[in-house]
Amino acid sequence: MREIVFEQLNETLYYEKLENGLDVYILPKEGFNKTYATFTTKYGSIDNHFVPLKEKDAIRVPDGIAHFLEHKLFEKEDGDVFQSFSKQGASANAFTSFTRTAYLFSSTSNVLPNLETLLDFVQEPYFTDQTVEKEKGIIGQEIRMYDDNADTRLFYGLIGNMYHNHPVKIDIAGTIESISETTKEHLYQCYETFYHPSNMLLFVVGPVNPNEYFSFIKENQQKKQFEKEQPIQRFFENEPEAVVKAKSEIKMPIQTPKCMIGYKAKKPNRKGNELLKHELTANVALDMLFGQSSPHYTMLYEKGLIDDSFSFDYTEEYGFGFAMIGGDTTDPDGFEKAIKNIIAEQKANGFDEKVLDRIRKKKIGSFLRALNSPEYIANQFTRYKFNDMDLFAIVNVLESMTIKDVNDVLHVLFEKDRETVFTIMPK
Amino acid sequence: MSAVVHNKVELHGITLHAIETPKYKTNTIVLKCKAPLSEETVTARALIPHVLQSGTKNHPSREKLRSALEELYGATFTVDLSKKGDNHIITFRMDVANEKFLSDQTPLLEKALQLFSDIILQPLVENNAFKESIVEEEKRALKQRIQAIYNDKMRYANMRLIQEMCKEEPYRLNVQGTIEKADSLSANQLYQTYENMLRADCIDLFIVGDIELNKVQQITSKYFKIPEKQKVREDNVVKHIVPNKENVVFEEQEINQGKLHIGYRTNVTFKDEDYYPLQVFNGIYGGFSHSKLFINVREKASLAYYAASRVESHKGLLLVIAGIEFSNYDQALSIIKEQMQAMKSGNFSEEELLQTKSVIRNQILETLDNARGVVEILYHNVIANTDLSIDDMLSGIEKVTKEEVIEVANKIQLDTVYFLRGEGKE
Repeated sequence: MREIVFEQLNETLYYEKLENGLDVYILPKEGFNKTYATFTTKYGSIDNHFVPLKEKDAIRVPDGIAHFLEHKLFEKEDGDVFQSFSKQGASANAFTSFTRTAYLFSSTSNVLPNLETLLDFVQEPYFTDQTVEKEKGIIGQEIRMYDDNADTRLFYGLIGNMYHNHPVKIDIAGTIESISETTKEHLYQCYETFYHPSNMLLFVVGPVNPNEYFSFIKENQQKKQFEKEQPIQRFFENEPEAVVKAKSEIKMPIQTPKCMIGYKAKKPNRKGNELLKHELTANVALDMLFGQSSPHYTMLYEKGLIDDSFSFDYTEEYGFGFAMIGGDTTDPDGFEKAIKNIIAEQKANGFDEKVLDRIRKKKIGSFLRALNSPEYIANQFTRYKFNDMDLFAIVNVLESMTIKDVNDVLHVLFEKDRETVFTIMPK
Repeated sequence: MSAVVHNKVELHGITLHAIETPKYKTNTIVLKCKAPLSEETVTARALIPHVLQSGTKNHPSREKLRSALEELYGATFTVDLSKKGDNHIITFRMDVANEKFLSDQTPLLEKALQLFSDIILQPLVENNAFKESIVEEEKRALKQRIQAIYNDKMRYANMRLIQEMCKEEPYRLNVQGTIEKADSLSANQLYQTYENMLRADCIDLFIVGDIELNKVQQITSKYFKIPEKQKVREDNVVKHIVPNKENVVFEEQEINQGKLHIGYRTNVTFKDEDYYPLQVFNGIYGGFSHSKLFINVREKASLAYYAASRVESHKGLLLVIAGIEFSNYDQALSIIKEQMQAMKSGNFSEEELLQTKSVIRNQILETLDNARGVVEILYHNVIANTDLSIDDMLSGIEKVTKEEVIEVANKIQLDTVYFLRGEGKE
């Protein structure tokens, strides 16, 4: 067991890699009632082309299968796992992203039994033709729900404009057609390949004793048999740097139009500290450009081009990344023009040191605020680890960020051939 | 474990609630203003918090005000509106880092409280009115917020159900008010409503974090001087309505998924003795993923991704929601009704009862791990004019019996079924 102390933050993190390859992290949180645990595999919607475990040839699987698998793991021969958790007072859930599938519970009592349930249900798959069929109705309604959600359509529409080949452009849940092709054999094949402990991370945060928890987890894992650890081969087609198209538009039954401008990341092959620094710097740059204290925000707001739904974000993972800026606007064309002008002007003038200091303070405060949330810590720590980054290095990186770093990112981030706009107009 | 140290002090015109806990890395300030929901004032009240956060006497623009917040290590300031029973609640929230975790030792809480009071009590005023240009901008933003409800079909269906169901009650009103009223409001009328809000609203200030009562009491009285209360206004009294027949409303839009929203009258609110049995009822019926609605509508019949129920604690309503194929309307509705009948006939096990109580207990305790959550739980007392501790609430749930759940189930009456479906889909 390794102890990692963050003195200024008054936090201590405990870590151990188990014999079967599973990474386990425990963060004790005194004074909290709740314990929150996530059990996550580095497997998401983009992993649709790979060599299955113990085989030689790569296969392609139907879209949405990682998410389908997430749904199906909850069902066992003797009923569904939600029941077991709620009998133990816990609430359970799961989510699938482009790169991860996470299973989680939170509870204020019976924490060890709940932890056992979490480890066991994820590590004991049970799929039958009949239960796979039945799930198609439920996931079908989940897909329909998002079809009617304008913000979801805006997000995928923009990514669709950016990517030629990369599977990030595919809806995480797949489509009604692709899920109808999914079989239990597919599910087992994906499960065997991606749910090996060496591809997974367990994070526990709450009022817990790390020694007791490590022994409990080890004992649970030693009872189970796993295949020998083996590297996973995933395949991604070559992706051109430029976007697919500079602009597109759809219509939906909404009242105020929505518009989003996106910038596709250049050479998104960073990892570790380099990625951490790049991602944070890009977010600081966006905040300096469009944050509520910027003169640009005031101008956009006063001209009626944005309202409080306006937001911006930069995110990058190995192989893909993007900045997104937008929200509801009554004048999508005016909005697009204004954003592009602001960026061009800022590229010509560069940023001001004083603004960087202020945004740096803001980001440090917001990191402290995030540490109040067990959910944030567990989910983000895992995302960071899967990219070889360290969540607790955020404050250091922010403190050492220079005005040159931000100005450099400004030029890397915003280029004409990687720029695209997606609009939803009222029907 | 569960203990919340909650001290309440009356300070000239407001009630200060200090909640001391060392577990957060930030301190949270929440101010809530309560007034009766009414057609006259709802739109102006929806606008006021947004006008206030657009500039103050000392920070006379959004840019200056937001910069001041960022200088305080990114103190957040947000506003929102809600309905509790037939009351309209304006909420202002600020969250600021505890300097203990920073290398910079500036006393942030006091500075934050000063800025917080500045936003609420020192607005940018010209000739006895809010600044005209800000009012115009915020009227536009408000209209877009009202329209945004239409964009989100789940929220829209929920709003429409309430409009149909509560036609004769203040509760029908949208917390954001209406576009027509926003258009007609003047900067001066708005300012009058604001002054009236300070004079007559029931105002509660919550401070949660690593704080000391004496210290916050002292800084609050220093910065938080509000006009003397002329008279605290009376609440709207929630009247329980007995539906005389089942009201069914269909509406069509060009959408992919049907939204089935059903409103029941529970005739029970937070201050009533059978509120705890009602909570347990809701947990077994549709509140959780082990509930009858989840199992029968989703898991067994495979009709929906979500099928759930929740209680409007201060209004006495139970709302059921499900997203379904248009053609499955009859089947879904009949399953939902059958499960209600099962609850009324006591067709649930002792085990379901225990399971549900322990999940509710878990939920309450978890809410206490979040500063906003603590405030929301304690605020129930202000609305209902009760004085229950968290331990009272926990033991209230613990004591619920199967008979009590059946009894409360039999008070529940179907009022309105609302279905939003695709165009031309009968």
